[in-house]
Amino acid sequence: MTAALLEARHLSVQFGGLKAVNDVSFEVWPNEIFSLIGPNGAGKTTIFNLISGLYRPTSGEVAFAGEVISRMPPHVIARLGIARTFQNIELFEHATVLQNLLVGRHCHRHTAWWQDLFFTGSVRRAEVEFRHQVEEVIDFLGLQHYRDSLVAGLPYGVRKVVELARALSMRPRMLLLDEPSSGLNTEETDDIGFRIADIKHDLGITVIMVEHDMGLVSRVSDRVLALNLGQELALGTAEEVQAHPGVIEAYLGTAELDDV
Amino acid sequence: MRFLFKTSYAQDIALFRHSGQRFWYGALALALCAAPWLLPDYFLSQLTFIGIYSIACLGLMLLAGFTGQVSLGHAAFLAMGAYTEAWLQSKGWPFALSLPAAALVAGVSGVVVGLPALRVKGMYLAIATLAFGFILEEGVVRAEGITGGNTGLTVAALRIFGIDFDNGRNFYYLVVAIASLCVIGVLNLLRSPTGRAFVAIRDSEVSAQSMGIHLARYKTIAFALSAALAGIAGALYAHKIRFLSPEQFGFLQSVELLMMVVIGGLGSVHGAIFGPAFWIVVQQMIVLAKDYLPPVIGQQTGLQPTIFGLILVGFVMFEPMGLYGRWLKVRIFFELFPFYRKGMFKRQKSYMKSERVR
Ligand SMILES: Nc1ncnc2c1ncn2[C@@H]1O[C@H](COP(=O)(O)OP(=O)(O)O)[C@@H](O)[C@H]1O
Ligand SMILES: [Mg+2]
Repeated sequence: MTAALLEARHLSVQFGGLKAVNDVSFEVWPNEIFSLIGPNGAGKTTIFNLISGLYRPTSGEVAFAGEVISRMPPHVIARLGIARTFQNIELFEHATVLQNLLVGRHCHRHTAWWQDLFFTGSVRRAEVEFRHQVEEVIDFLGLQHYRDSLVAGLPYGVRKVVELARALSMRPRMLLLDEPSSGLNTEETDDIGFRIADIKHDLGITVIMVEHDMGLVSRVSDRVLALNLGQELALGTAEEVQAHPGVIEAYLGTAELDDV
Repeated sequence: MRFLFKTSYAQDIALFRHSGQRFWYGALALALCAAPWLLPDYFLSQLTFIGIYSIACLGLMLLAGFTGQVSLGHAAFLAMGAYTEAWLQSKGWPFALSLPAAALVAGVSGVVVGLPALRVKGMYLAIATLAFGFILEEGVVRAEGITGGNTGLTVAALRIFGIDFDNGRNFYYLVVAIASLCVIGVLNLLRSPTGRAFVAIRDSEVSAQSMGIHLARYKTIAFALSAALAGIAGALYAHKIRFLSPEQFGFLQSVELLMMVVIGGLGSVHGAIFGPAFWIVVQQMIVLAKDYLPPVIGQQTGLQPTIFGLILVGFVMFEPMGLYGRWLKVRIFFELFPFYRKGMFKRQKSYMKSERVR
């Protein structure tokens, strides 16, 4: 048995009186696609925020590659190799697609600001190198056409792909995708599904995904964790979890999943 | 209309995107060099002021326009630079050392003012920087030994390597040279990781940190560089005016700098130069127009601030991208000439609005 890449141990966070995440533990194996499902308000995004360091756990901890990361600031966690997307796209709106992706290379920079000021030879070489790497991501996701467009003017579906591309530009070890298919039509959702599978198979990146579309979840996930009101309901394969009585009950209460 | 076919990454990185740009900026450089022979002294002096304010605005643009941090106390950094320069010059320092020192002192004070920016944003940051501006103005009044307090301070004539820089032409060239270097420095930053980090922070702090950007460090760098640029402008201002007193660096000056940047167009380097240029040209026009206006209006004390206030409101309402945005539209009009349609930009705007609702 190999060691887990990411491990949540008795993770809890409380906002005022609300226990948004309540004693949740799970392990994610290297090169696995692990899905988090659950009705709105279940605490899925909150778990992402706990992993990426935007929130501090009230108790419990998260370990990544054997190292406890829950006391680290977000930018340090990002440098360890955890990239993410956001439920409500958080792109740099007034920059071009290329510039957005180049920000993804930020954690791999090795020049200082005063070198940037003079645009020294090493900055120039790094810039060419960064573009080379980012161009691979642009090819991988088919964004050539939008390369130099401002993000602010792009259609929603494209922006979702750009956000994914920006996360991939970091060349992370682990990718957190928060509702990658929300707001997309069926065709675009299928597309995203293939891309997520490619990310696992071709790039060897471990993926944790929050997703409502059970079709997509079943298609790509190795394992699924169902949450409700901050607590674990069930963990297993997509079929196992969907058949779990607690999960059916939680969804019937909100009547949200048409596939179940 | 010009289509750009990019064939190498170097083309992406280059300061000039195509030969046309190189031509126009070359022409501009020539015009700036020839200006002392073409313009009467008075206009040359105004052009020098545009150069000085451009440096200060470049700093504020970096902070407000590119990093998204508001400062209502920027005149204080101007003061730091001006008084440091005046004092060091009186101690006999050469300009080649006193100018960097002025930038450094202002930059360090920028780091101090930037400290609240690590905790607060928007309105609260504006108030914090405003408070700093007042504190510093008060400090200048009190530190009579160095600043001359309310009586003011006369600045020595500028000599560099024995050459007299007090006359209009030499000083003008000095300002143009320094301003050009500052512009190039800022452009370099913006095409490298540091500048992209600034823009990232401006557009989304959450995703910036999730991409590995250390918010506190980059905000501090932005404040330091912004203040250092204001410090350089202040040092040049000291030599231009040759008399310093606290009220030159008050709240009004800070607001004026901010207005220049907004009018020029937040988030564009062009704007940092268009803004002060427009400001000084309009200022001169108001002075000229005063004589022709009926005395009831012409002799009103608040005439100039009122006009600038109205201009600002007009820009915010009708052209939020400032003069630079307007210039872009005019340029596109000519590039597309027979095909330009009236609603072009409107459609884009309404599209963006509808996207935002989702
Ligand atoms: N910063 C916060 N402050 C207060 N409450 C929060 C905060 N973040 C999340 N919550 C609450 O935690 C619960 C879980 O939210 P979230 O994780 O976003 O749910 P979802 O599973 O739909 O992504 C919700 O009730 C939400 O209101
Ligand atoms: Mg959510």
